[in-house]
Amino acid sequence: MTLKTAAPAPAAVARRAEHQARRRKGKSPYPYWFYLPAAVVYTALFLVPTFASFFFSFTRWTLTDFTFIGLDNFVQFFQEPALLKGLTNTFIYGAVTSTLKVVLGMLLAVLLTSRIIARGYLRSVIFFPVLLSSIGVGIVFTVLMDPSKGMINEALAAVGIEGPAWLVDPAWALLSVAMVDVWKGVGLATVIYIAGIVSIPQEYFEAAKMDGASSVKCFFNITLPLARPATATVIILSLIGGLRSFDLIWAMTKGGPGFTSDVIASVIFKQYQAGFYGLSTAGNVVLFLIVTAIILPLSMFLNRKEVEQ
Amino acid sequence: MTTALKRYGLGVLAIAVTVVLFIVPLAFMALTAVKDRREAAKLDFAWPTTFNFIENFQDVLSARKFMLVTAFINSTILTVASVTILVILAAMVAWILQRRRSRWNGVANFLILSGLIIPPAVVPTIWVLQSMGLFKSLPGLILIEVAFGLSFCVMLFRAFIASIPKELDEAAVIDGCGPVRLFFRVIFPLLRSVIVTVIVVQSVHIFNDFQNPLYFLPGDANATVQLTLFNFQSQFATSYNLLFMNILLITIPPLIMYLFFNRQIVAGMTAGAVKG
Repeated sequence: MTLKTAAPAPAAVARRAEHQARRRKGKSPYPYWFYLPAAVVYTALFLVPTFASFFFSFTRWTLTDFTFIGLDNFVQFFQEPALLKGLTNTFIYGAVTSTLKVVLGMLLAVLLTSRIIARGYLRSVIFFPVLLSSIGVGIVFTVLMDPSKGMINEALAAVGIEGPAWLVDPAWALLSVAMVDVWKGVGLATVIYIAGIVSIPQEYFEAAKMDGASSVKCFFNITLPLARPATATVIILSLIGGLRSFDLIWAMTKGGPGFTSDVIASVIFKQYQAGFYGLSTAGNVVLFLIVTAIILPLSMFLNRKEVEQ
Repeated sequence: MTTALKRYGLGVLAIAVTVVLFIVPLAFMALTAVKDRREAAKLDFAWPTTFNFIENFQDVLSARKFMLVTAFINSTILTVASVTILVILAAMVAWILQRRRSRWNGVANFLILSGLIIPPAVVPTIWVLQSMGLFKSLPGLILIEVAFGLSFCVMLFRAFIASIPKELDEAAVIDGCGPVRLFFRVIFPLLRSVIVTVIVVQSVHIFNDFQNPLYFLPGDANATVQLTLFNFQSQFATSYNLLFMNILLITIPPLIMYLFFNRQIVAGMTAGAVKG
């Protein structure tokens, strides 16, 4: 601690300053050890496994013993059709669910912030599925989507449409699960958008109305750009959730029929169950890389635009 | 005239659509849960001829040696313990992080962001748990939920602590308060509203969690409610009434949370929507 001062007794002042500094350092009202308990848990159960996953993804692993096999696990991941299908499905699932959530959430939020009747009821009923258990929702919709006896196809038949076989049709299975995911999650997107829209100053709309703008124009020129932070949140949240999603898929199709609705998260679980721990961990690393590679640039892009405003 | 038409027309249309899309599936679940086995197997949306609520309730509870009762106890312990630990640890971190500017802030922020984005690595986590002797144990799963939930909770707490004036801390320090007393006696009580938010959001989340118990707490003895439901899916393949009664039962806790803490849940889940 050096203190440049022109005081008559520099040594004494320096000593006192040093003393004060030490006291401030030692007895800060904000001690670092407050980090400690959280840091221990977080490091042991999140950071260590994450770093370890990079190492073990290059091995054949039995939890007690491992042999180093280089890139074999990753090669297998990108060559075996069943695993590769999981990879492409992850992208499809993430893209479909987050797009639908953004679009539907925005429309519902505009509707629910306009002057219509029964807003409270509509808001609660749309949001409530967010709090339901994925497994419960999955089972209910598996029954509703039954190709022959299910209510959805019976209702479609009543109006003369022959519904697809939903979960048992390889072409529809993944999309069916994605639709249920949207059913369950659109409420969250809606309330986020409502919070965003409500925070837009009402004067903008009034001024636009004065100038004779239609409500469509208002939406595209005021609501949409000014609700951008909400859009960013919805996109990021639903993409993170969509790319990692496991519960609904596992409850509804278990990746089937065949492996047509597998995503990386379900592949990870299947390989884990089969005892291929190295391969399963490689799946985790792939998922990690995909999520980071998509989310980081995207959130930087969305936030940068926000600053420019 | 046209605004009134829009107000009522759109409203009625919206109500009709939500009834079909949201109320019907939920009502279907509730109705099937009280039907008898034969009627439930038809999978149709019909009013039950007999109400078997009590019988189905008893059957579900007593299935597999009262597994669901055990599961409810396990889930309650899991939820209460992990949320309690989460609230205290996350508030401590958020407080220091918000108040003390240091070179650790960058690291901490980076770690929080990582915790929000990175999907946890499954098998390595099992490996760590096993080496600590916590694999397949409730305390292990509690710590897992804490580790995975920390980032989100710290974020919520931090935003709130920023609105508490620092002068309050200083006044308490001048009065001779140590850090522990300052935090638990002065700051912690001020966090009440955000604590309620964290508690309701996290408890619904942890109660509904399926993936982590599936990986880290396998075995019938200490199943959680979500796992029970999953296990019953194959066992009750022919008795949909019991399966749906089970779904109905595990829906009740979140429903109660929603009825009482609607506003806090929405506030917690929309945090960051306005600021970005």
